[in-house]
Amino acid sequence: TMSFPWFRMGLLLGLCISLLLGGSWAVDRGNFKTCDQSAFCKRQRALKPGQSPYRALLDTLELSDSRLTLQLINDNNKVHLLLELYRLQGNITRVKINELKPLKPRYEVPDVLVGDQPTEPLSVLSQDDNGVVLSLGAESQRLIVSARPFRLDIMEGPEVLLSLNSRGLLAFEHLRLRKDTQADPEGAEVKENVDGAEQQDEEQKAEDGGKDKEEDGLWEETFKTHTDSKPNGPTSISLDFSLPGVEHVYGIPEHADNLKLKTTDGGEPYRLYNLDVFQYELYNPMALYGAVPVMLAHNAQRTMGIFWLNAAETWVDISSNTAGKTVFGKMLDFVQGSSETPQTDVRWISESGIIDVFIMLGPKPSDVFSQYASLTGTQSFPPLAGLGYHQCRWNYNDQDDVKAVDQGFDQHDIPYDFIWLDIEHTDGKRYFTWDPEKFPQPKEMLHGIKDKRRKMVAIVDPHIKVDSGYKIHSEIRARDLYVKNKDGGDYEGWCWPGNSGYPDFTNPEMRAWWASMFAYDKYEGSMENLYTWNDMNEPSVFNGPEVTMYKDAMHGKWEHRDVHNLYGLYVQHMATTDGLIQRSGGTERPFVLTRAFFAGSQRYGAVWTGDNAAEWDHLKISIPMCLSLGLVGISLCGADVGGFFKSPSAELLVRWYQTGAYQPFFRAHAHLDTPRREPWLFGPENTALIRDAIRQRYTLLPYWYQQFYQAHKTGQPVMRPLWVEYPKDTATFTIDDEFLIGQDLLVHPVTEEGARGVTAYLPGQGEVWYDVHTFQKHNGAQNLYIPVTMSSIPVFQRGGSIVPRKVRVRRSSDCMENDPYTLYVALSPQRVAVGELYIDDGHTFNFQTKKEFIHRSLTFANNALASRNLFPESNFSTDSWIEKVLILGASKPNKCWVFLTTSVEFEFEASMSVLTLRKPGMNAGADWTVVLQPNQEIQDI
Amino acid sequence: MLPGSLKFRAEIFRQFYEENKPFTCLDGSRTIPFDRVNDDYCDCRDGSDEPGTAACPNGSFHCTNAGFRPTFIPSSRINDGICDCCDTTDEYNSGAKCENTCKELGQKEHEVLQKMAEITKEGFLLKQQLIQEAKNRQQEKQSKLTELQNNKKELEEKVEALRTVKETAEQPEKEAKELHLKAWEEQKAIIRAEKDKAKMAEAFLELDDDADGFVAVAELQTHAELDTDADGTVSETEAQGLLGGVDHVDTASFEKVWDNIKDKYVSELADNDSEQYPSDDDVQEEEEEDEEEDDYPEEDFDKVRKSFLVQAPPTVKTPPKKDEDEEAMPPYDDETRVLIDAAQKARDNFEESERALNIEKEISFDFGPDSEFSYLYSQCYELTTSEYIYKLCPFNRVSQKPKYGGSETNLGTWGTWAGPEDNKYLLMKYEHGTGCWQGPNRSTTVKLTCGKETTVMSTSEPSRCEYLMEFTTPAVCQEPEAVISSLHGHDEF
Repeated sequence: TMSFPWFRMGLLLGLCISLLLGGSWAVDRGNFKTCDQSAFCKRQRALKPGQSPYRALLDTLELSDSRLTLQLINDNNKVHLLLELYRLQGNITRVKINELKPLKPRYEVPDVLVGDQPTEPLSVLSQDDNGVVLSLGAESQRLIVSARPFRLDIMEGPEVLLSLNSRGLLAFEHLRLRKDTQADPEGAEVKENVDGAEQQDEEQKAEDGGKDKEEDGLWEETFKTHTDSKPNGPTSISLDFSLPGVEHVYGIPEHADNLKLKTTDGGEPYRLYNLDVFQYELYNPMALYGAVPVMLAHNAQRTMGIFWLNAAETWVDISSNTAGKTVFGKMLDFVQGSSETPQTDVRWISESGIIDVFIMLGPKPSDVFSQYASLTGTQSFPPLAGLGYHQCRWNYNDQDDVKAVDQGFDQHDIPYDFIWLDIEHTDGKRYFTWDPEKFPQPKEMLHGIKDKRRKMVAIVDPHIKVDSGYKIHSEIRARDLYVKNKDGGDYEGWCWPGNSGYPDFTNPEMRAWWASMFAYDKYEGSMENLYTWNDMNEPSVFNGPEVTMYKDAMHGKWEHRDVHNLYGLYVQHMATTDGLIQRSGGTERPFVLTRAFFAGSQRYGAVWTGDNAAEWDHLKISIPMCLSLGLVGISLCGADVGGFFKSPSAELLVRWYQTGAYQPFFRAHAHLDTPRREPWLFGPENTALIRDAIRQRYTLLPYWYQQFYQAHKTGQPVMRPLWVEYPKDTATFTIDDEFLIGQDLLVHPVTEEGARGVTAYLPGQGEVWYDVHTFQKHNGAQNLYIPVTMSSIPVFQRGGSIVPRKVRVRRSSDCMENDPYTLYVALSPQRVAVGELYIDDGHTFNFQTKKEFIHRSLTFANNALASRNLFPESNFSTDSWIEKVLILGASKPNKCWVFLTTSVEFEFEASMSVLTLRKPGMNAGADWTVVLQPNQEIQDI
Repeated sequence: MLPGSLKFRAEIFRQFYEENKPFTCLDGSRTIPFDRVNDDYCDCRDGSDEPGTAACPNGSFHCTNAGFRPTFIPSSRINDGICDCCDTTDEYNSGAKCENTCKELGQKEHEVLQKMAEITKEGFLLKQQLIQEAKNRQQEKQSKLTELQNNKKELEEKVEALRTVKETAEQPEKEAKELHLKAWEEQKAIIRAEKDKAKMAEAFLELDDDADGFVAVAELQTHAELDTDADGTVSETEAQGLLGGVDHVDTASFEKVWDNIKDKYVSELADNDSEQYPSDDDVQEEEEEDEEEDDYPEEDFDKVRKSFLVQAPPTVKTPPKKDEDEEAMPPYDDETRVLIDAAQKARDNFEESERALNIEKEISFDFGPDSEFSYLYSQCYELTTSEYIYKLCPFNRVSQKPKYGGSETNLGTWGTWAGPEDNKYLLMKYEHGTGCWQGPNRSTTVKLTCGKETTVMSTSEPSRCEYLMEFTTPAVCQEPEAVISSLHGHDEF
């Protein structure tokens, strides 16, 4: 009776079994391709540096005001390429290379760049037979085009900042007709596998050996049981970049690896291909859920960025001439004067599309962030509640369970803002529906949550159950908006609901329709405090190659191959995020979490690091993983607190809460098969420790909110590696076990089991840092050993900063709306400090559309603390006031006044030099000054 | 600029807060002028100077709740826009619209208390009976035990003898049953082969669209279900492969082809709508079943397993449609039935004698201070939910069985009493049930509450493989007076 589908079942069984054999708690690497198993990567990587076959045809040079074009020719096969060069505002150079006359258009990534990129004029400084020298405008920057072989060098003064094709690895596989079916218009002699260097001889041999024998993987390739039909044949592209003077490169997330990228010589390249990797392994370059093809290069003098705008499968090789040299070896080089300049070489390889690369020339880290933000936009400004604590689990079983967990938080006096529902809340994994048995009254449940001024997130995945009785499915099918098979039928794959269709989110019509499904009258049971989580949007296809979609599936006229890494962005993008904006008539800020992402995803919401595990190493890796995302614009990042797979010990769970409380997106999550782990289930002591960590988060919400406002305005990351703020301090370049939040807080969470202490590096020669718990002052530029107990979260405030807090922690962030502020003024050795205070309604776009916000600058100098309006045209009022000011590193004053009239009481704690002003009482939105009258006698001593 | 004048909220604290006299924090840490009490700034480490505001992180606020029970709430809930005290006193400056619900709550509580008192009263009476009965049984058991101890060896020998009798009787029973079954299987096989042949002929006709007496590649391609490479279509090559490498086959050669395709072949007459897919529940059940039977370690591969689960292929709706020839096995013949009856009798005798031996075990259980729980021994209580039948056999085991067929899962065997120190008889723990892959063995906590009836009220699975069962029994009913005084205990400050 269960006949026909058994063969399908067999496939899955096979998958299960292969996983079984793959070892217990690690990814089965065999399910994912190595470079060698990806035909184009293998072909490209086989190219060795050397004589490039590409030559610039200088007589084809055309220069309009802001655009330079020039043809390149591959002397091996006579294929012409078109090079376009642009100088973009803000010190960015864009280099595009495409075929001059491709057989058909090649994919150029849409919807990632924001607006038009304003250009600046280019001018030719000199030209001869060997090349052209162009002025890049400011800062004596020049771009040199060398003709034979083709090469680009960007120089500033006498220094080469960056070179393209300096190793001759430019390779552009032009579109061609398949020989066995059609005549080759380019003639028989142009057969090659990679249009690159040093291939001629081998090809000649191949040709001699057998005329019809084609290179493997050119027109078809098979991985495991899956065959990719590759109707367009070989289409890959590659380009190398040399970075003289650079030893540290960062970025190209998502990888479960250290912050500083490693060299890939002799190993696998870093891979960018959005994949649902089951139980991912740490410290390796395998692809994960998201991809941002942006790399940052840094040395003590300069920071630069390379943005490789391509959405196809991409591999990045990194090599360095100093890698492997010991410090002693380097010193020897220095002493003997024999040292070559350190240099990092990078090579990008993508399967299809064109070369479109943005070179961001810094020079400061903050400049690179602004430059990248000008291209792809900034972090969306989340609702304040999104920065609170999120309680998630696969799954909260039913409405009663949700209610009980909600009450549990109140019983244990722990704040939270969002409770989350995973896939089991739906009616048979049909998204936008509710399980009629377990969640019969979703609105009643949501009202219960709302009564506590809290919110909920429900999951909506992009795979749609194939079921003619399911409205979402039947409408998408009726509108013909599904991704197609290579032969034109609807593509179907397996995911949670069983057989599923995958909407073609690259189609604007699909996105608009999807967005409309979030309207309150369309999404039954939804209301304004229900937000959305997009999971599985790599897309994850359980029975597909590498657990994703066939590359020859079709999105309109484009292959999945071309758009793969963009798919997740589109799901979260105009589709879901726009849906949440539209349902409120454009007034409310959305909150959408995504697992897959691409360059530009920062504009749409939050990202998490996927299905991690309850292991100490996974806790540790959460820091570099989120730091890497921050460097490429995605600030709202977090890892599942506690670890998704497996069950954490109480100690690990507590440490993870303590770490997560100081990372941007703070959400606990757990796998279905793990025992419950709500914060109060580990005994009263651990409950108290977790409560304390979450409360620390809530007291700092004003600071977090202000950081996200800044990130939204400027593109600066919220969670920052130390080198971003201390770019000349080489000691910071590889640190990834501690981090900064904004400029002013340094966090070194405890991530070792059984730790008795941690050693934190406090940067900044001549600066000071204050322990935020004890107020003890420490000097900068030192490694500080900090003894720790289970309650310790080592956090330091930079001397010279002012951090606003709300110390009255309540049930949720919303409940704290009108509460007063406490200002923590940490004095620099020069006895000055600056900070900011940002306030708005916390959830609407009115800060943007109506300028309804308060943005104050706070300064302490000359014994006076003053609040000044940074945006006089802004317009918002608050009930919040200043209840307390703590001045760290202060001396005892004689008197203290507000506005020179009202006396303010104070206390001075001499052992830590903390001056506390009692209830100065100013409104948080007002102009005010608090003046301290120095105590002359004490000063004299 | 400052919040408005704050009303003094904590009447019960009045004794500590003497107006216009300096106030000493209740922990004695410092003394402050009285105008700093409830001035919305926290001066005392213990939070005692702000009993009526939210200024202190560790403060608490007293709701008088006239008409209901007074209570303390954390001071962070003062003016947070959420009504906590039923007398609305916590929201005096937040704009929250709270209604005084104390009277209503008081009334409701009164009703609940009354009902509870009633139940407790009756339950307690029942409990006395249970205790009495237990006493009687205890005596009986004790004497049986004495007898047993005297004749233990003899009894054991008797049990062993009866076991031999039983096994001797079971052997011919088994053989006769098997013989019967084998004959039946053979019969079925013949019928099946005939049916298959008929189906094949039918399929041939169906496939042979152009009625030329041959099934050709193109004709086979119209049946997408015959796809072999899972791409959803039958390519020419695939079709050829199915036809054994030729372009068409006649009826004779079709026999071989039929062997290859009959498992997948869907008749054109059958409806191919998704409606015939089972609901998730059905799939789930089948899986649960498999899980128990094969001890298949799928839980390791959570997500994949999960995918495997939910993707259990679309099968024909369960229960499977049976052909009429398979409807029922013919009854056993008389001879076999005699053997079965004899074996059953031997089994019964054996079990009865074995039970006598078990009395030793029974007497060793902790049935409560007055043996009030002993009546639960060797009983079972069931609860049927939408998916499962749960069965609690106190002091023995808890199990779960899918409602629509499938094997039983052990949710734990009797472990210990696990209630709080002052009354351990409020919780039962059943442990070491069927294992969860990479997880714990299934276990069940049974929460006992006072009730007139002995019933399983609810079951849930708060955490994977950890079950919670609510169970009422008179055996935990306390003396009514004790209940009332303990409830009133909440009133005292």
